[in-house]
Amino acid sequence: MDIDLLTNILFATIRTGTPLVLIALGELVCEKAGVLNLGQEGMVLMGAATGFIITVVTGSLWLGVGAAMLAGLFMSLLFGFLAISLVANQVATGLALTIFGIGLSAFLGTEYVGVGIEGISQLEIPLLSSLPVIGKVLFSHDPLVYLSWGIFAALYFCFRRTRLGLTIRAVGENPESANAIGMRVMLVRYGAVLFGGAMAGLAGGYLSLAYTPLWSEGMSAGRGWIALALVVFASWKVERVLLGAYLFGAASIMHLVLQGLGFSVSPNLLSMLPYIATIVVLMIISNDTIKAKLNTPLALGQPYRPQI
Amino acid sequence: MSHRLLVKLAIACLLASGINLSAKAADLKIGFVYVGPTGDAGWTYSHDEARKYVEQQLAGKVTTSYVESVPEGADAERVIRQLAAKGHELIFTTSFGYMNPTLKVAKRFPKVKFEHATGYKQSKNMGTYMVRAYQARYLSGLVAGKTTKTNTLGYVASFPIPEVVRGINAFTKGVKEVNPAAKVKVVWVSSWYDPAKEREAAETLILQDADVLTQHTDSAAVIQTAEAKGVYAIGYHSDMSGYGANAHLTAAVHKWGPIYLEKAKSVLDGTWKAEDLWLGIEHGVTDLAPLNKSVPDEVKSLVESKKAALKSGDIRVFDGPVRDQSGTVKIVEGETMSDDQLRGFNWYIEGVDGQLPKS
Repeated sequence: MDIDLLTNILFATIRTGTPLVLIALGELVCEKAGVLNLGQEGMVLMGAATGFIITVVTGSLWLGVGAAMLAGLFMSLLFGFLAISLVANQVATGLALTIFGIGLSAFLGTEYVGVGIEGISQLEIPLLSSLPVIGKVLFSHDPLVYLSWGIFAALYFCFRRTRLGLTIRAVGENPESANAIGMRVMLVRYGAVLFGGAMAGLAGGYLSLAYTPLWSEGMSAGRGWIALALVVFASWKVERVLLGAYLFGAASIMHLVLQGLGFSVSPNLLSMLPYIATIVVLMIISNDTIKAKLNTPLALGQPYRPQI
Repeated sequence: MSHRLLVKLAIACLLASGINLSAKAADLKIGFVYVGPTGDAGWTYSHDEARKYVEQQLAGKVTTSYVESVPEGADAERVIRQLAAKGHELIFTTSFGYMNPTLKVAKRFPKVKFEHATGYKQSKNMGTYMVRAYQARYLSGLVAGKTTKTNTLGYVASFPIPEVVRGINAFTKGVKEVNPAAKVKVVWVSSWYDPAKEREAAETLILQDADVLTQHTDSAAVIQTAEAKGVYAIGYHSDMSGYGANAHLTAAVHKWGPIYLEKAKSVLDGTWKAEDLWLGIEHGVTDLAPLNKSVPDEVKSLVESKKAALKSGDIRVFDGPVRDQSGTVKIVEGETMSDDQLRGFNWYIEGVDGQLPKS
């Protein structure tokens, strides 16, 4: 295999994996705090639509990115109000949020279908981008890709080294105890949910402003769901989320590349890979004895009622 | 006082609704079931444009309604039955997967007329219709073959079913006619609609030297990618020049309007019957979008003359000799492919690169 091709495949892998990295990191924080938000797909689409509309109206890509994050934030606020404050069932609320987001984004975006914009362009980092292979693979992306790495590094540090990281985990493992030692469970959960929303919105913005600069209904094509599976696949570890997202990304483009090279592999087989991997991990996790080892937040999905 | 007001209001409401009902009773109610959103700039969009066309042409005689993004399967049956129960007398179901649900509902509502796009099952009150989109594909192939410098064309395809294979072959036929040295590379994305995957497929093809791309998927991502990478592209379903003014050479577009108008008229005058329609370029139901201004006049006139010959029936797209990939003559000179052969197209003609995946 020649080196140019390899470079291009790796480059495309990172590009394909980026929306998954963003969504999954957001969802990871959310789940670490014990909240299962199945509304990812809806929040991503709202982010994509809002970001695109704002960019078309104002002409500014960065305002668009900001609006995308705000849209995700707003959606997750809605989720937080229902699932945290009103203690509604998290699964049902999340699913409702997805359905709501798909519909609302389609409604808002109707007039913007078929509008073309100049997307966020690549930012080649001086010096680094001229390195052979690595320069092209790692340092010639658009700024949102670098941002995703920054967020990854921050979260990695946060969960390893900081009190905040510990607090989030405590709230997700055992909210009653966390409350007893004076942690503000509701506040932490709200914060985590809002962070997840902003990240999903950002992923939406990445799709509609950088990856494929267009808006059309349902353009996230199920990435919100894949990211949910990815968090489980990564067994709630930040570094595995990054790795997993790029693995999923590679799996989803590999069949295209192989076809281009003239190999005949069943495309169906390769598109199944991410899902098979997830099912296997789910099967392992469902075995109770090793559940603890695999990091599942113990209070995941359980609503918390503050004691008076 | 307030009681009287209420009574008055109630009467007014009754009257208003009564008038409304009587006005609507005279209209022919036509229902449409769409598989995607009307704003997809592709397949469903082309059907919705045709719906508006019928409403405008038969203003005052028909009212139309539609249900969009209806998943193929059990849900479709519910939607179709609901439309029939609500008094729609003519119902168009516009995706292949609606075939069995439509047939089922048609049995339950013998007085309602059903028209199903792209299917092959008919009944007493259910007809089918389809456009010969491969004719426009062939014409777009002529443009692509004349435009390419690398003699490599890229085709982003969805699923290896006869409809898609037929399009690839027709495109290749056009390309080879004007440029025997060229070959067509196909990448299957296993999805009708996933802009990101379509983009990756387009980039893969560009890496393999393709400098004119086309697609049989539903988004405009391929056009956008071509525009960004400085190569050419040909749209499908509808004119996609809005996504890439420089890249967009033309597009193979569907115009369902004439079919829908005819069907509505035949129901209005009582001559409707269930039939299997497969109309082509001579009825104006498949066509090319306006050519890019960068296309030379010589190519334009070639396309025009071929289009005229297709319309008059002087030529057909798959006139012999048609060879398969191994070079074996499948259709001898002087013959042409029959409609049955076209419907079951499951092999590549000479000039397509790579192997056809088994469906």
